[in-house]
Amino acid sequence: MKIAITSTGDSLNSNIDPRFGRCAFFAIHDTDTKTTEFVVNTNNDLLEGAGPSAVRSVAKYNVSVIISGDFGMKVKPLMEKLNIKGITHKSIADTVSDIIKYYKF
Amino acid sequence: MKIAIASGKGGTGKTFISTNLFHTLQLQGENVTLVDCDAEEPNASAFIKGKLLESYPVIQLVPVIDETKCTYCGKCFEYCNYNAIFFLEERKIIKVTEELCHGCGACSFVCSYDAISEKEDTLGEINRFGVSSHSELVEARMKVGVYSPVSILKEAIKAAGDAPIVLMDSPPGTSCPFIQTVDKADFVVLVTEPTPFGLSDLRQSVEVLKTMNKPFGVIINRADMGGEGVYQYLHKENITHLMSIPFKRDIAAVYSKGELLCEEQPSWQQSFSSLFNQIKDLYGDSCH
Repeated sequence: MKIAITSTGDSLNSNIDPRFGRCAFFAIHDTDTKTTEFVVNTNNDLLEGAGPSAVRSVAKYNVSVIISGDFGMKVKPLMEKLNIKGITHKSIADTVSDIIKYYKF
Repeated sequence: MKIAIASGKGGTGKTFISTNLFHTLQLQGENVTLVDCDAEEPNASAFIKGKLLESYPVIQLVPVIDETKCTYCGKCFEYCNYNAIFFLEERKIIKVTEELCHGCGACSFVCSYDAISEKEDTLGEINRFGVSSHSELVEARMKVGVYSPVSILKEAIKAAGDAPIVLMDSPPGTSCPFIQTVDKADFVVLVTEPTPFGLSDLRQSVEVLKTMNKPFGVIINRADMGGEGVYQYLHKENITHLMSIPFKRDIAAVYSKGELLCEEQPSWQQSFSSLFNQIKDLYGDSCH
């Protein structure tokens, strides 16, 4: 299974980015191979619709779960349609590797 | 002449100034229309009583995709400038995000498979009230849950037509709803309060208006509270200080009951009348 975590940087020690559509990076973690790939979020300077575009970006990696600080109202119906589960993680001091451990993926 | 009453910070007294200025001009026999552009929470009608003349919806056309005809070619997605069409080619998923649609119609125009039709989406309504034989209140009222009030307030300004004096009670902030309101104005009255918060938002509004090349002046409300910061800023930037309203319990009491200061304390009419004359003298000539 693949999960996406919004990240402020491109390493496992980077903190979670509380924003979904306008986060800096997506950490794409494969729970089977235990590997993590970091992808730049190219949607974060869009004037409108950064959220839906970000869903499109991560959906291409066939993720089943997205973990972020919050999800906006335009994003939720799209995630539902794509059958992607959203997890709201509020502790912004946590790093990507903390989160991977915390959810026991 | 179109005058917008605006502020960066909310709750500084835009509606207070708008409704009292309107009332004063109306009593003087001026042909004046007040447009309540604060479509998210219009409240000028709490102070100005009029007879409902007309009420009509503001409608936008949004696309409806018929997936039995759609070939998932992605043309509509490519043409949409607002990210309102969500498209995943690999998984044959297409979905309209209505909140992002601007109703431009590009998607249905570009579809070669007749898969996109349009449906009407109600964004809000325009209510026109007759206040006297020569004055009107136009209210922009957004439907709860609609993403942006811009198209509704634009429609309201249009409804005011070319009345000789149009006052526009602007939404707070300095984002699109504010910009779309002041864009139609010949002169902008910025209402602020002498607090650090009031000053910070005043600075932002001033920067936007300077970029837009709009003439403006400032009213300081609740003038006896806070500090000297706002006054020093106006002086330093050489900004016209149009009027001060004192921080008084009786003024707040009148307002909180939905009443007009100029009606309860008619001596205030003089102040609002000279506010208008000041605007007219300074900028009126260049506005016609």
